[in-house]
Amino acid sequence: MIEIKDLHKSYHMGNNSLHVLKGINFNVEDGEMVAIMGSSGSGKSTLLNILGMLDEADQGSYVLDNTHIKNLNEKLAARYRNRFLGFVFQSFNLISYKSALDNVAMPLYYQGVKRSKRTERAMSYLDKVGLRDWATHMPNELSGGQKQRVAIARALASDPKVLLADEPTGALDSKTSYEVMEIIQAINDEGKTILIVTHEDDIAHMCKRIVHLRDGVIIDDQRIDQVRVKEMTNV
Amino acid sequence: MFSKDRWSEILEALSSNWFRTLLTAFGVIWGIFILVILLAASKGLENGVKSDFGDTATNTMFMWTQTVSKPYKGLPKGRRFRYRMGDVQAIKDNVPNLRFVSPRNQLGGFGGSNNVVRGLKTGAFNVYGDYPEIIQQQPMDITSGRFINYGDIKEKRKVAVIGEGVKTSMYDLGEEPIGTYIKINGVNFVVIGTYKKKSQGGDSEEDQKEIYVPFTAFSQAFNQGDRVGWMAITAEDGSSITQLKEQIFDVIKQRHTIHPEDDRAIGNFDLYQQYMRIEGLFTALTLIAYIVGSLVLISGIIGISNIMLIVVKERTQEIGIRRALGATPWSIRGQVLLESLFLTIISGMVGISFGGFIIYIINKVLESVGPVDMFANPSVNIGVVITALVILVISGLAAGLIPAQNAIKVRPVDALRTE
Repeated sequence: MIEIKDLHKSYHMGNNSLHVLKGINFNVEDGEMVAIMGSSGSGKSTLLNILGMLDEADQGSYVLDNTHIKNLNEKLAARYRNRFLGFVFQSFNLISYKSALDNVAMPLYYQGVKRSKRTERAMSYLDKVGLRDWATHMPNELSGGQKQRVAIARALASDPKVLLADEPTGALDSKTSYEVMEIIQAINDEGKTILIVTHEDDIAHMCKRIVHLRDGVIIDDQRIDQVRVKEMTNV
Repeated sequence: MFSKDRWSEILEALSSNWFRTLLTAFGVIWGIFILVILLAASKGLENGVKSDFGDTATNTMFMWTQTVSKPYKGLPKGRRFRYRMGDVQAIKDNVPNLRFVSPRNQLGGFGGSNNVVRGLKTGAFNVYGDYPEIIQQQPMDITSGRFINYGDIKEKRKVAVIGEGVKTSMYDLGEEPIGTYIKINGVNFVVIGTYKKKSQGGDSEEDQKEIYVPFTAFSQAFNQGDRVGWMAITAEDGSSITQLKEQIFDVIKQRHTIHPEDDRAIGNFDLYQQYMRIEGLFTALTLIAYIVGSLVLISGIIGISNIMLIVVKERTQEIGIRRALGATPWSIRGQVLLESLFLTIISGMVGISFGGFIIYIINKVLESVGPVDMFANPSVNIGVVITALVILVISGLAAGLIPAQNAIKVRPVDALRTE
């Protein structure tokens, strides 16, 4: 699904150049659930941004679902983002003046889906995250966990190939974190490929594979036994 | 581009801070309002002043004789001369593009003594000997009967067309003047028509107290021979009398042995020059109205541009989210442009409507208090309104352009980082 070869990225600030990614090689298969870990400054968010086509690599190749992601103009990047990727952010990033339903329907709007169909599909995804009754509520009327569930529904609405989550539980307490992770695991069970950037060990262990980054290189990449949230809370 | 979703997005964005939207819109409303009012006021002034000309053929010059100021070919200076009928024909033959050359004679005048008698009534009126064309040079409404025609000229009929003012002072109320006789300087003329002149202003009452008789009958009755008192000369549309008059003067000077450089021998009043001067004044006035109005409008538009910049700044994160969700740069740009365009046009229309309403009120007031000197029917024509709308559309787009560019300049990843 994702193939990355020798990825480099530096940031320039004035005369200083900061080499953030120093040659990343990394493949993700269909249906995997990968946690990307590392201390702050290790380059994990930068990697995710490049994977999400929100940022561009200086060097190296990136193939997403057999499509070479290279020299994208903004228009094409927008289309790829819309078709291939779903984003979940630490700070939810819901649009504050739109209802939960409208937020979820937004990627479909950019796909050019008709209004009635959009609403229907958005509703079904809201239902999936258990927020059908909250469809007409504004983001500021929702709790943090609810907001993140809306964000997940939004990320799923366009039926993307890959779900990219940047610290999805970073702003949540552990109970709601687990609730959110339970939903993410359920989505993974349906076969969706998921990448999660996190620095929390317990969250990472809810994935199927952990990739450790340090100073811009992968220092560790191993498959693990997934901790199922459902079983945990049942215990 | 014009889908329902697009518009609901725009309305949502604009109404999310409606007070600020209102204040911003006010700048444009005010600008276009000032523009409309200024244009209407200058139009009103123009209408008022031009109505003093009435329907008078403005491409007209009046020409009379004065004393010669230079000796020429053995003739002394200070000599008097008079136009003759031959001069009229000579002007018609030698000067092109003239529409009318009307010789005129006149009796009476300002402060003249009583010269018209009817039964026991007497009055002092201006009496003109004229050709039928004069009615096209100095328009008047024939209220009853008819005006002088060429039959009258040919047969030297002693007929007269009298003004409404003459009628009221020489006839009893309800008396029918047509067919009756009036005695002008001892000669009887039969009244064949009455007229009323439309002109208003200072001369309007005097204008109704005139009597028109056929030029030939006038010459014969009052011993004028082939003398011509003065002439009213109108040029064809498309050529100006101001340019043609030198040629006319040359013809006269040659026929009357006047020094070619004698500027004082022939007196003239060039209506066209006066008219053009006023015309120029109003062109300048309209221009000033446009400039001032546009400048006020521009400050309103800059206000919109400014607010759009702030809106974009405020929504940097939202724009980042939208781009992460797959919004193309053009859909972001289009959103900002449409918002600014929408705001500009709506407020522009409100301004135009408000201006139109004020003009309507002014017209109502003018109507109820009767005509005011120098001001009539302030209005803006549909062309101006369309021009204003075009200006609004262009400036609305211009106002949105920089903010729209700003909106997509931010990279999605940076936009998302903004907290």
